[in-house]
Amino acid sequence: MPRKSMIEAIRDGLDVMMGRDERVVVYGEDVGYFGGVFRVTAGLQAKYGKSRCFDAPINESGIVGTAIGMAAYGLRPCVEIQFADYMYPAYDQLTQEAGRIRYRSAGDFTCPIVVRMPTGGGIFGGQTHSQSPEALFTHVSGLKTVVPSNPADAKGLLISAIEDPDPVIFLEPKRLYNGPFDGHHDRPVTAWSKHELGEVPDGHYSIPLGKAAIRRKGSACTVLAYGTMVYVALAAAEETGVDAEVIDLRTLLPLDLDAVVESVKKTGRCLVIHEATTTSGFGAELVTLVQENCFYHLEAPVGRVAGWDTPYPHAQEWDYFPGPARVGRALLEVMEG
Amino acid sequence: MAKTSTDKSAPLRFHVPEPEVRPGGQPDFSKVVIPQAGSVERPPVDAEPESIRKLAFSIIRVLNRKGEAVGPWAGALSDEELVEGLRHMMLLRAFDARMQMAQRQGKTSFYMQHLGEEAVSTAFRRALEPGDMNFPTYRQAGLLIANGYPMVSMMNQIYSNEKDPLKGRQLPVMYSSKEHGFFSISGNLATQYVQAVGWAMASAISGDTRIAAAWIGDGSTAESDFHSALVFASTYKAPVILNVVNNQWAISTFQGIARGGSGTFAARGLGFGIPALRVDGNDYLAVYAVAKWAAERARSNLGPTLVEYVTYRAGAHSTSDDPSAYRPKTESDAWPLGDPILRLKAHLIIRGVWSDDRHTQAEAQIMDEVISAQKEAERHGTLHAGGKPSARDIFEGLYEEMPPHLRRQRQQAGV
Repeated sequence: MPRKSMIEAIRDGLDVMMGRDERVVVYGEDVGYFGGVFRVTAGLQAKYGKSRCFDAPINESGIVGTAIGMAAYGLRPCVEIQFADYMYPAYDQLTQEAGRIRYRSAGDFTCPIVVRMPTGGGIFGGQTHSQSPEALFTHVSGLKTVVPSNPADAKGLLISAIEDPDPVIFLEPKRLYNGPFDGHHDRPVTAWSKHELGEVPDGHYSIPLGKAAIRRKGSACTVLAYGTMVYVALAAAEETGVDAEVIDLRTLLPLDLDAVVESVKKTGRCLVIHEATTTSGFGAELVTLVQENCFYHLEAPVGRVAGWDTPYPHAQEWDYFPGPARVGRALLEVMEG
Repeated sequence: MAKTSTDKSAPLRFHVPEPEVRPGGQPDFSKVVIPQAGSVERPPVDAEPESIRKLAFSIIRVLNRKGEAVGPWAGALSDEELVEGLRHMMLLRAFDARMQMAQRQGKTSFYMQHLGEEAVSTAFRRALEPGDMNFPTYRQAGLLIANGYPMVSMMNQIYSNEKDPLKGRQLPVMYSSKEHGFFSISGNLATQYVQAVGWAMASAISGDTRIAAAWIGDGSTAESDFHSALVFASTYKAPVILNVVNNQWAISTFQGIARGGSGTFAARGLGFGIPALRVDGNDYLAVYAVAKWAAERARSNLGPTLVEYVTYRAGAHSTSDDPSAYRPKTESDAWPLGDPILRLKAHLIIRGVWSDDRHTQAEAQIMDEVISAQKEAERHGTLHAGGKPSARDIFEGLYEEMPPHLRRQRQQAGV
């Protein structure tokens, strides 16, 4: 099976869908001729023409607002926000419009759009190229939020997102574009070409939204993670020797609660981790759900490791990023608790 | 010695625009320059935007003071069409009157009427073809009335009753009808403007022939989405009509707060290279003629047109405000462009196809029609009495397929 980077896998997903369904249009800042600042859409304009893949003005509200109008018309726009940090001007369109059009019109109009955006830090992007705003999407009604962690999933989840009848936020952990970064910033990252999850099937396949994956089977403690933090969790488990069960949530909303509950009931312990800021983060939701559903199976308080409640710093990136050392310490605490 | 305004050491002054008059004062529209009917040119639809810049600063008018249709924008509609147009405006006014009263009687929570602005949406609708799509604000119900959308369905929505097509989820008057080319009203401001441009882009991408119409009020042109819409419409030459209804008031805020120093709202289009026209919004014939011109441009791949309808909101913004708190009570009577219904009525009488008697008869007949629709709607309930949407409708229809967390919450709610 061919191996691809996450960038190539996402491009392949777009290519497959543009080839199968002429309603799929792709646009965003630098997305057309140049192929995007991360090169995800490279070659799509040449292959499908300027009507299907084109450059947009630097206006995120306009990108999402026009996509909503296109979806109302009957197209399937899949737009790119250059960095998740740039989505705020589009937030009104996403939360009060995209998420509610089906509901408020009682199905008269629908909004099948996909909004892709690179998320997370680890590339020295400073406070405006490193954010993880997933909780701002899961907190509002009517949206679905997906965070893939590897090339094979990225393509399959993207195809599901494009085929979904409702709006989907597709967060691409940019530190994973080229390999499974585990937080050890001082070591080279294994390329996806050398990783089994870099094996991306050709053609059309989909991975359903709302289904988690177990990345490491274990019996001692459940770690709930998504995106880059999946690999941080795997590294922490190896380095501490804790037999952790690492669950890659893949879709935050709808959430695969069954997979979470089944694992926590088995291990009796749980650690929740994410790169986004701590307070009111998606981790708070996970901790609550675990408490509500698994309280009598818990042998220790549920732990949480997340980004500090500050803007993402530039020079101090590795003091900020919740890497394997912090996650490892938290794992041991949950084991002792 | 007093410091002069050009003295660089003088303290800076903060400028806040003020309307000409406030409550207690004499209404004064002397600064509103009203060109004579028929005096503004009608350029070919493919005129260079640069060559017709002055249309953004004038007012296209067809009906003169005597009620005659004059000038290059006249003559587009037949007697029958004009009588029907009058009827649409009268229907909208009667509908508003009954629903305004129903709100006062506690049958619904809220209402927004069109008083004085009836020509804008009813005449515009006539310029569109089946399949075209409006992205309206809450003051364009004339698009539905003039397109034959059932009044009973509108009332069911206003009452949020058991037959409400929107299942009780939306504020009154936030209608939706794809079939009638009427996009779901948000209740947010300006978001729909850029969505209309996206719809139009999609139509062009698809090689379709349908066009879109965006709607916004003078106050909301200050929103960034207005600017976003103009950028996208300009860049992609989207087949869209960008309508700005300047009714002078954004709740209590006079139009100068949104307009700033730009002269007119239409002038906003010029920086984007978008042809921009101002039209007498109380002149049914002028609204139709300009809308038709803009629609022809859009359908001929000539791109967007910005149209500012100069009108006056004779009533309150909604049932939640009292205009006498922010403008003179008699300001509406002083509005120099008159009442759209009376103006079209006068024109039809001059044409010899209408009379005072017929008008009185029509008024009575239309009111009967509205009252009988109201009775039918009220059989299905009003906001606080009779049939209402199910509590299950809270959870249904947010997603095509209900996700597990909503199924759990619906169970918790016991519905």
